[in-house]
Amino acid sequence: MKILVCITHVPDTTAKISFTNDNTKFNEAGIQFIIGPYDDYALAKAVELKDTHGGSITVLNVGEASTEPTIRKALAIGADDAIRINANPMDSMYVAQQIAEIAKQEKYDLILMGRESIDYNNGIVHGIVGALLDMPSISPVMLLDIEGTTAKLAREIEGGKEFLEVELPFVAGCQEPIAEWKIPNMRGIMTARTKPLKVVEPVPFNPASGTVSYESLPEKGSVKLIDPENAEELIDLLKNEEKVL
Amino acid sequence: MSVFVFLEGSEGKIKKSSKEAISYAVEVGKIIGDDEIIAIVLGVYEDTDLEKLGNNGATRVINVNDEKLNENQISIYAQIISEIIQSGSANLVIMTKSSFSDNVGARIAGKTGASIVSNVVSLPDVSSGFSVRKSIFTGKAFATVSLSGEKKVLIIKRNVIELMENGDKADVEKNPIPDNLKFNEKITGLEKAEGDILLDDAEIVVSGGRGLKGPENWGMIEELARALGAATGCSKPVSDIGWRPHHEHVGQTGVKVSPNLYIAVGISGAIQHLAGVNSSKVLVAINEDPDAPFFKAADYGIVGDAFEIIPKLTEKIKSL
Ligand SMILES: Cc1cc2nc3c(=O)[nH]c(=O)nc-3n(C[C@H](O)[C@H](O)[C@H](O)COP(=O)(O)OP(=O)(O)OC[C@H]3O[C@@H](n4cnc5c(N)ncnc54)[C@H](O)[C@@H]3O)c2cc1C
Ligand SMILES: Nc1ncnc2c1ncn2[C@@H]1O[C@H](COP(=O)(O)O)[C@@H](O)[C@H]1O
Repeated sequence: MKILVCITHVPDTTAKISFTNDNTKFNEAGIQFIIGPYDDYALAKAVELKDTHGGSITVLNVGEASTEPTIRKALAIGADDAIRINANPMDSMYVAQQIAEIAKQEKYDLILMGRESIDYNNGIVHGIVGALLDMPSISPVMLLDIEGTTAKLAREIEGGKEFLEVELPFVAGCQEPIAEWKIPNMRGIMTARTKPLKVVEPVPFNPASGTVSYESLPEKGSVKLIDPENAEELIDLLKNEEKVL
Repeated sequence: MSVFVFLEGSEGKIKKSSKEAISYAVEVGKIIGDDEIIAIVLGVYEDTDLEKLGNNGATRVINVNDEKLNENQISIYAQIISEIIQSGSANLVIMTKSSFSDNVGARIAGKTGASIVSNVVSLPDVSSGFSVRKSIFTGKAFATVSLSGEKKVLIIKRNVIELMENGDKADVEKNPIPDNLKFNEKITGLEKAEGDILLDDAEIVVSGGRGLKGPENWGMIEELARALGAATGCSKPVSDIGWRPHHEHVGQTGVKVSPNLYIAVGISGAIQHLAGVNSSKVLVAINEDPDAPFFKAADYGIVGDAFEIIPKLTEKIKSL
């Protein structure tokens, strides 16, 4: 089975988010970058599928050269080779066009992504790619089993799960508990250095949206503490001051 | 010109959160000078429920009234809506964010080449071009995004707009199901929490963390939630170890909520948990550790033992 895993290169989940250049640029100073946590689930699932069904895993990132350490980490976790599309990922449609272009040439059996990127939180790249390739796209996928050319999946819905079946090839946006995050071992880290990482130039495509400016969340005022002996007072405050009850 | 709104339903009922998109569309219509708001509803629904969408601002409802569409099939829905859009005169499609609509909106954009933006939290600004504010970094910041494409898909966050109710009725138009549909996904089953208030729709959420020690102690959380008319949530480790179902897990990697009131009990307030709750209106933390990070994010806090405090709160609510 030939699997493509699309990963993002994003600030780690504890990163302090701030902006520079008059709020037009994300402040990367002191930020540690990671594989997007949902993409990490997609990768972990790909490794499990390869273990059972054989095949190969390609990881793909649309990003500039600075994302390569993150791509190498995916190789250390278990991908066989990597593609970096050398472009600033400007908007979802642009990224999806680039991914679809590669997928048209390579004909993967399965394209796994995260349910959403944790920087832009769009949750749409997989759907756009699915439409561009005219294959099903399903997200957020919590369970995935493959028998022959049929996949059985569970998709999270509000307040529950939906079970479905779909034929390969298709695109899935993954989330827990699809697989357990994998930590690279020593051997993985060693071999990752020599695994092929191909850099491809983007296909020309005009992004249809762009970020004009950013804004950080306003600082919170300090907490109002209530004496546990008079815990009931909280209810009065919520009812009369905040009017949320 | 008109604005399209895609409405999502489940078991013959149109979702309330989804209706907010109509009221949002009405406001957008005022800004861009379009006064026809067309709601698209796929599947079999009561005619009176469809007419009642006028109450929320729809002028017309297009309903493809076919049983085959009663299940929420992503690619079929996207295909039908894309065709409606391409044959009509509207350039704008609006829907409320959900685990289903995100997929449908994305595929519509892929099929029609529309510019798309998700997690929208403001009405558009058309003073120069067309831009909206969206939530990014899991609620930790906002971005202003401009959309240049002629066709646009906006996926709005819940609670961005008050649901309008003006008593009007909409005209309902029935469209036949297209005959060229490719049914790719076969839905084989559903598993749904019965009778509970859904986290996504809830105005109040009571969540428990590892501080509650075990699943057997959730009775008091549920009782407080019942008294408040609230949904219950939990932290990630709690769902990881199986104390609570996965769909209750709130945070960076779980459900993002924006209720009027979020009460966190025995949750330390890790940044990944806060990421899912920081757009709540009022945050309350109950924790025995005065240094728990949740107190830095909360509006109100009680430092103490949840096992003593929660029953007191429940009793007080019941006495109101
Ligand atoms: C990539 C990534 C993504 C993540 N995503 C999420 C996510 O989406 N959601 C999420 O929740 N977590 C997420 N986490 C995990 C997160 O970092 C924390 O580990 C988690 O939120 C802690 O859960 P907790 O507060 O229930 O448990 P703990 O951190 O163990 O806290 C328990 C709290 O209970 C208090 N307590 C104990 N006894 C009592 C008592 N009797 N009365 C009152 N208080 C008491 C303690 O003082 C403590 O503060 C993620 C982590 C990573 C790395
Ligand atoms: N720049 C990118 N390079 C590769 N994959 C991406 C990129 N951006 C998004 N994706 C994939 O698309 C998924 C959804 O992203 P988004 O629609 O931005 O929330 C992510 O979890 C990734 O799997």
